[in-house]
Amino acid sequence: MLRGLWKLTWLEMKIFLREPLGAIGTIVIPVLVFLVGGRLVGRGLPASSLAANSFVHVGLPVLASVLIAVSAVLSLVTIISIYREGGILKRLRATPLRPQTILAAHVIVKLILTAATLALLVLAGKRYYPVDVHAPLFSFTIALLISTWSILSIGFLIASIVPTARFAQPIGAFILYPMIGVSGLFVPVASLPPVLRGLARVVPLTYAVSLLEGIWKGEEWSAHMIDVAALVLVFVVCTVLSTKVFRWE
Amino acid sequence: MPPIIQVSGVRKSYGATVAVHEVSFEVNEGEIFGLIGPNGAGKTTTMECIEGLRTRDGGSISVLGLDPFKDVYKLQDRIGVQLQQAQLQKRIKVWEAVDLWVSLYQKKAIDGERLLEQLGLADKRGAWFMNLSGGQKQRLFIALALINDPEVVFLDELTTGLDPQSRRAIWDLVRDIRERGRTVFLTTHLMEEAERLCDRVAIIEHGRIIDIDRPENLVNRHCPERTVVLATDNPIAEERFRAVRGVEKVIRTDLQFTILGRGDDLVTAVIHCLSEHGIRVTDFRTILPNLEDVFLKLTGHSIRE
Repeated sequence: MLRGLWKLTWLEMKIFLREPLGAIGTIVIPVLVFLVGGRLVGRGLPASSLAANSFVHVGLPVLASVLIAVSAVLSLVTIISIYREGGILKRLRATPLRPQTILAAHVIVKLILTAATLALLVLAGKRYYPVDVHAPLFSFTIALLISTWSILSIGFLIASIVPTARFAQPIGAFILYPMIGVSGLFVPVASLPPVLRGLARVVPLTYAVSLLEGIWKGEEWSAHMIDVAALVLVFVVCTVLSTKVFRWE
Repeated sequence: MPPIIQVSGVRKSYGATVAVHEVSFEVNEGEIFGLIGPNGAGKTTTMECIEGLRTRDGGSISVLGLDPFKDVYKLQDRIGVQLQQAQLQKRIKVWEAVDLWVSLYQKKAIDGERLLEQLGLADKRGAWFMNLSGGQKQRLFIALALINDPEVVFLDELTTGLDPQSRRAIWDLVRDIRERGRTVFLTTHLMEEAERLCDRVAIIEHGRIIDIDRPENLVNRHCPERTVVLATDNPIAEERFRAVRGVEKVIRTDLQFTILGRGDDLVTAVIHCLSEHGIRVTDFRTILPNLEDVFLKLTGHSIRE
């Protein structure tokens, strides 16, 4: 099962970084959003403003992290559909490689990139960010990996259903970005209109945001078991569905 | 010796469309076997069922004694596959692809670098896949199909879209595979390719095998017609030609005669007649049927239609 996994993962990583927009889209843009956002909000509002403080302290890091995860997932969706359309998946399958190995390699690449971007973000924040960051980084990384893993499974489901590479990126974006809107990042879920509140409850990103914000603020894992359970449930459901509907060509 | 590939009564449908209908044949060790037919005849579907890439709806298949559905990974380890219209990652380098493929197989019998050299890709080893020409991509796919020194090599439409020069180079490569004692199973819709490469061919149309044999046997069996075209000003010639054994028809246009008949002996008989009667000719050629004609006769249409 593991034969070829590390070689394929390493290879896919190199290939991804050779893409003209690969590294910029997934790594540079989220870090820029984080930095520019922090500067603007930090300067525009008096430091004592509660709203500004809360956004800079908690909202922004979480927004940047969610953006990293979502862009990683979108790039996975695109890659899978391009590979399918070009017959690359089929060519890889006509070897002793297990199908799971091929897909696992892509997921690992995305997880590594997510972790790397996060590390970069923390470094950049330490150097340029207006306020000190005292967040449990290790726990936060774990929380982000769980969230990414869960969002990745949604991505896989999208990649399984979307027929052509042309539509993969826009459809993925159309599904994932509105999820950010209702996830509680910008407006707390409790103050959303009833319809949107209902939507927020079934959107997996809401649980990811709740988990990430909580852990960032230093809350205990035990306070977020429901979030973790929801994310795991999403992962299981999407993975099972994908294996049923996934097409190799 | 048991056949390397045994296919018996294989069926495959896509929805209401029957792609392969009760197909049976055998491929022997060390031969180049060709599945020939027009596009959409069921060649690729049949081949992919044998490779384990597709599940069959019915019938049985055995490759190297393995069931390609149940033992797909064991089988993949021992065969080499070149797919029709396959691609690799755009920005994968030639050597990286070879290196990856080498790592996937348990048996490491072939030196990847030497293989690239043999296939004329050594100076392209650092090039990205997307920057290779059609012929170079095809040679890389052949390299990947040969990397595990497979016992059977599957080649699906391997020269489609290539210029005549690359095509000939690739034919030589395929013959080399046979020289090394390996078995080759290929599909093509190019009758010339089948005639020049294959030891035996199976003609497939609408998912059914119509006939299987050596190309020359198929021609003899289905198209025994022979034609001799010659030119002479000898006034008694026409009468003599009509008397030759096997001749069915003599068409005269001015000084040119077209002699139609059947059987392998026709040409010899005509030459004999010429020398016996001292008939002086200024032109002499023969028109022999080929697989193209066999296909036309068996299906009622040309393979390109």
